[in-house]
Amino acid sequence: MDGVDMRTRLGWIELPNPILTASGCAASGREIAQFFDIARLGAVVTKSIMLAPRAGRPTPRMAETPSGMLNSIGLQGPGIDVFLRRDLPWLLSRRARAVVSIAGGSVGEYAELARRLHGAPGVTAIEVNISCPNVEDRGEVFACNPLAASDVVAAVREASGADVPVFAKLSPDVTDIVEIARACVEAGADGLSLINTLLGMAIDTERMRPVLGGMTGGLSGPAIRPVAVRCIWQVHEAMPEVPIIGVGGVGSGLDALELILAGASAVSVGTAIFNDPGACMRILRELDDALSERGIARLADVIGLAHKPSGHPTSTGLGPGRPGGLSSPGRRHVLFEEDRR
Amino acid sequence: MTVSGTPIQLRGPVLTRRQAGAYVSLTVVAPGIPEQFRPGQFVAVAVGGEGSAMLLRRAFSIFDVKPDHGGAVEFVFAVHGKGTAWLADRRPRDVLDLVGPLGRPFPLPRYPAHCVLVGGGYGSAPLFTLADRLRGRGCRVDFVLGAATADRVFGALTARRVGETARITTEDGSLGARGVVTDVLPSVIRESQGDVVYACGPMPMLRAVSALAARAGIPAQVAVEETMACGIGVCMTCVLPVIGDDDITRMVRSCVDGPVFRGDRVRWNDAGTVPPDALGATAGVKVR
Ligand SMILES: Cc1cc2nc3c(=O)[nH]c(=O)nc-3n(C[C@H](O)[C@H](O)[C@H](O)COP(=O)(O)OP(=O)(O)OC[C@H]3O[C@@H](n4cnc5c(N)ncnc54)[C@H](O)[C@@H]3O)c2cc1C
Ligand SMILES: Cc1cc2nc3c(=O)[nH]c(=O)nc-3n(C[C@H](O)[C@H](O)[C@H](O)COP(=O)(O)O)c2cc1C
Ligand code: FES
Repeated sequence: MDGVDMRTRLGWIELPNPILTASGCAASGREIAQFFDIARLGAVVTKSIMLAPRAGRPTPRMAETPSGMLNSIGLQGPGIDVFLRRDLPWLLSRRARAVVSIAGGSVGEYAELARRLHGAPGVTAIEVNISCPNVEDRGEVFACNPLAASDVVAAVREASGADVPVFAKLSPDVTDIVEIARACVEAGADGLSLINTLLGMAIDTERMRPVLGGMTGGLSGPAIRPVAVRCIWQVHEAMPEVPIIGVGGVGSGLDALELILAGASAVSVGTAIFNDPGACMRILRELDDALSERGIARLADVIGLAHKPSGHPTSTGLGPGRPGGLSSPGRRHVLFEEDRR
Repeated sequence: MTVSGTPIQLRGPVLTRRQAGAYVSLTVVAPGIPEQFRPGQFVAVAVGGEGSAMLLRRAFSIFDVKPDHGGAVEFVFAVHGKGTAWLADRRPRDVLDLVGPLGRPFPLPRYPAHCVLVGGGYGSAPLFTLADRLRGRGCRVDFVLGAATADRVFGALTARRVGETARITTEDGSLGARGVVTDVLPSVIRESQGDVVYACGPMPMLRAVSALAARAGIPAQVAVEETMACGIGVCMTCVLPVIGDDDITRMVRSCVDGPVFRGDRVRWNDAGTVPPDALGATAGVKVR
């Protein structure tokens, strides 16, 4: 078999492959472009951008933990004006697909960000980072409340171009992720990104004080991969038709495959980039190899496959020929039970 | 402020490992890095081997670059925690994964100048290639090196050989004068008629050196050491408050906009905080 068909869909958008950067782990693409051609990524998911420039939290902003790290960056960034003037055109000039992540402190701020992005060339999709405190509701994190989450998603969907899919990025720090996921989808989210970091903390036993300047921080890296797999699994099980960008602890092609088997249509790579600036390209290669080795012709055939009873032929869970489904015209592969080793 | 050259990622075998007082030095085959390297830049080294629970690279100043084996790079380090302990156990032929050269190098004076190079502990490591380049441009170089104890002074012999003068200080008096580098710096600046100070070492030393240079009316170029997660500019971990040419304070990444900064641009008293007048400071608003 020559080459796996790595194309994937996020709603009505087709990407050449499923490997994306994770928001906040590749800035706006410039730095990692020194290591590889970022047009070869499925997409660059940009650092969450806010309306105004933002200085972020005090240092230290990072603590390494077993197979993970805590960060408390506090969304430092230049604000939407600079992003639109400098970063987005640059991504476009590099022919990179940009999934623009936005973050705000109020529903109005999210909506304003979506309005500013509306019509800007080069926006492939919007990812709404709702793991932010709502300044209008005593700082409760939007992602932890189905009503607040759906308010944000509805406002962004409403203010965005109809051609641009809106993905809501959820926090795993909730009792029932499916409830939040459903609220977002009902509010108009075209897809979901699962998961953001888990809230954690580290204390320096020499100084006997918290390590991070911001006290608490977000846990990322391989340590959280099982949580990501579980969240993707539960949400895909409940809403198999909703496309998912899987995020959390992916460092190899097999890690990416694990999230895809759980139901992710694409996979974002975050912390692994800090260890290996070329991680995304390596993971893409490893995923391609892993699929070939398993005799799989199309990535689309394994999305959510772990939900099928074992021995079931590869299937997308979307059903054949479903409009907007993953079958690409003229390239249907019929696989029989005997074909599986 | 721009990144100089393009960093590369490579895997190369250790050529030599040697003990230098309290420090370990590793020379690693790294073709491509010597050609691009400029003094003050650093390498980011993966630690723990494949599948390690230590995800983040460790940053080390480049001490030297060599033509051996198509290009090699040497760095010097103190065992601090788990990552450096693992590195100290490497032996020749073990393979290391490096990214470099990273960061903004020491800017060189356009015309021959009198330069005072100040190093604290392993902070003197980047000063010797700097001294070579400065001397190559006809600059006078004087050294001030210090540490807590004699075995933690790095490169005293080389400093004596290369420098017009070399003053050593140790806190316990086991080598050179008892005290700290800033005790002797004013007289070295005066006697050498210094035009610029270059420094690398712990943050409190850099702050004091910057203040003394300012008092002497000369610029200081200092290489800072901030905790870094990525080393390549993507994560915003390594920031410190720096005053720009427009007089606006920004939280600036020390891995790509530094590690070398002008001493009078760094808000030393506010390091570790986000000053309320920094661009985008939102005092009181907590964000995950
Ligand atoms: C630009 C730069 C140049 C440096 N040059 C040298 C050098 O030439 N020689 C040398 O001995 N050391 C140098 N350091 C410090 C060196 O990076 C740390 O000592 C090392 O990362 C400690 O790792 P560890 O696993 O032993 O310690 P741990 O405490 O276990 O490390 C835990 C985490 O904290 C980070 N960290 C801990 N201490 C430091 C520190 N002081 N600075 C930055 N990150 C830290 C580590 O990178 C790691 O991610 C430099 C640091 C920077 C930023
Ligand atoms: C330093 C750092 C900064 C991050 N910044 C953002 C951000 O701005 N917006 C966002 O939605 N997620 C952010 N994240 C979360 C990641 O996008 C990702 O969801 C999480 O790290 C889990 O993936 P990983 O284990 O591959 O890193 C950040 C993570 C890290 C480590
Ligand atoms: S260490 Fe990541 S931006 Fe500097």
